Amino acid sequence: MANPLKCDLCDKPATVHLTQIVSNKVHKVDLCEACAQAKGVTDPSGFSLSDLLLKASLNPESGPGAMRCESCGFTQADFKKHGRFGCPACYDAFKGMLEPMLDGMHKGTKHTGKIPQAALARQTLHERLSKLELDLSDAIKSERYEDAARTRDEISQFKQAPDQSPPR
Amino acid sequence: MTIASLIASPSELTDAASNKTAIVLMTRIRLARNLAAQPFPGWAKPAQRTRIAEICTAAVAAATPLKRSLNVAVDQLGELEKQILVERHLISRELSGSKQGSSVIISKDQTVSVMVNEEDHLRIQVLRAGFQLKKTWNVINELDTALEASLDYAFSPTLGYLTACPTNLGTGMRASAMMHLPALVISSQMEKVVRAVNQLGMVVRGLFGEGSDASGSIFQISNQTTLGESEEEILKRLTSVLQSIIEHELNAREKLLEADSGKLFDKIGRAYGIMQNSHLLNSSEAMNLLSLIRLGIDLGVFPDANRSTIDRLFIEAQPGHLQHAQKGEFDPAQRDLLRAAHLRSEFANFVRPDFTLINSNGKN
Repeated sequence: MANPLKCDLCDKPATVHLTQIVSNKVHKVDLCEACAQAKGVTDPSGFSLSDLLLKASLNPESGPGAMRCESCGFTQADFKKHGRFGCPACYDAFKGMLEPMLDGMHKGTKHTGKIPQAALARQTLHERLSKLELDLSDAIKSERYEDAARTRDEISQFKQAPDQSPPR
Repeated sequence: MTIASLIASPSELTDAASNKTAIVLMTRIRLARNLAAQPFPGWAKPAQRTRIAEICTAAVAAATPLKRSLNVAVDQLGELEKQILVERHLISRELSGSKQGSSVIISKDQTVSVMVNEEDHLRIQVLRAGFQLKKTWNVINELDTALEASLDYAFSPTLGYLTACPTNLGTGMRASAMMHLPALVISSQMEKVVRAVNQLGMVVRGLFGEGSDASGSIFQISNQTTLGESEEEILKRLTSVLQSIIEHELNAREKLLEADSGKLFDKIGRAYGIMQNSHLLNSSEAMNLLSLIRLGIDLGVFPDANRSTIDRLFIEAQPGHLQHAQKGEFDPAQRDLLRAAHLRSEFANFVRPDFTLINSNGKN
């Protein structure tokens, strides 16, 4: 063999070549004997191809430079190693490499299921309140006292509404 | 509630057995949820993990279905206790091996369990005996909504619930059914079924999840993908896949009876004989024999009233339960002796098989 395929998980020559069609999408994985055994590919009772694809698609050499999450310090190399993200903000930080990966992994790339209504409403409210507080301190700093008074009233109105307290 | 009293009480899995649970033994749904602006458990520092656990356990323990529940840190549990919870599908293997800051809250009736700081901050699980995806979803959906009233979930309008692993994004939901498929195994059709199920975007695993073997002809079938479909759509798809597997299993049973009933009766009869007389049984062999007796019950060879005994023994034959019952830790060879002794005594007065009572299709 002139140019043998390498295993997607380690760099040994691949001897197990797997093609699976899930929901009309073709997925291909090349593995060496040892990784195939370790991942249970040879076990007819089932294994998770999506996990394999996830690991295989995470080549740190590919993609633009080394991405890093500002929020938790997680790097692309960390992701390759763990196969898990560091924090919710990582999904923004690694957006670029995520999208093609999700396309192969899921039925679609957009969430259409349940939405945490209560939590989101609370969050929006919290954001509005912080914005108002910012406006207030700005107004005071620039001596716009009429604006400041109006903003202060709005804030107290917000805080009085019983179910509209900001989250802890 | 204490761990000791929880272990001593019967679980949903064994207590609710009826002919309605003939092929689908149990339905289970889990939701992965995380707190906004907190690192995921695998990346969080010990102090952060502790703080996250405090926030989560306080909210979970206050939810209605989890009042008077067991609420315990994983590092407070003994090895055997953890193993028992794994065998009852109440915690994962991953949680049982996790570091400080992980805990679990389990409802008194053992149908609801919430793992804190497993792979995600929260892994909420509801299980029900039999084929009850809709009911299970209603219960877990309500609990999730109740938790959301006090917890800020990490959520993105486009990606849904944000999870440590991108394979759980979106709904964060894994719905699964534990199925007993002896006829498909005996007639060597399981490989074909697994392949077909995979193509429909569902996964087949062994009794204890990823990487476990399928002894006892028990399989778990669950959805593979979580993003791009609503919970209802996923459940609808899973339901139709499960129904078609049930259909195939029933057909396979009919074929086995038509083609060579003698061979099938011999298997069931021998299983009965071994249960009554053996002195060494490893857990895999015990599971396979129990599976044959269970098939016998489905076919009418044994009375339906004995089903709950068999489902209980499926659990009691597991290493953790066996050692707990014998009040000690034993090596595998000693366990095989103890397991055989336990099954011998259970089968000493077990009604004899009557092969004239066979109902041709097993669809009782």
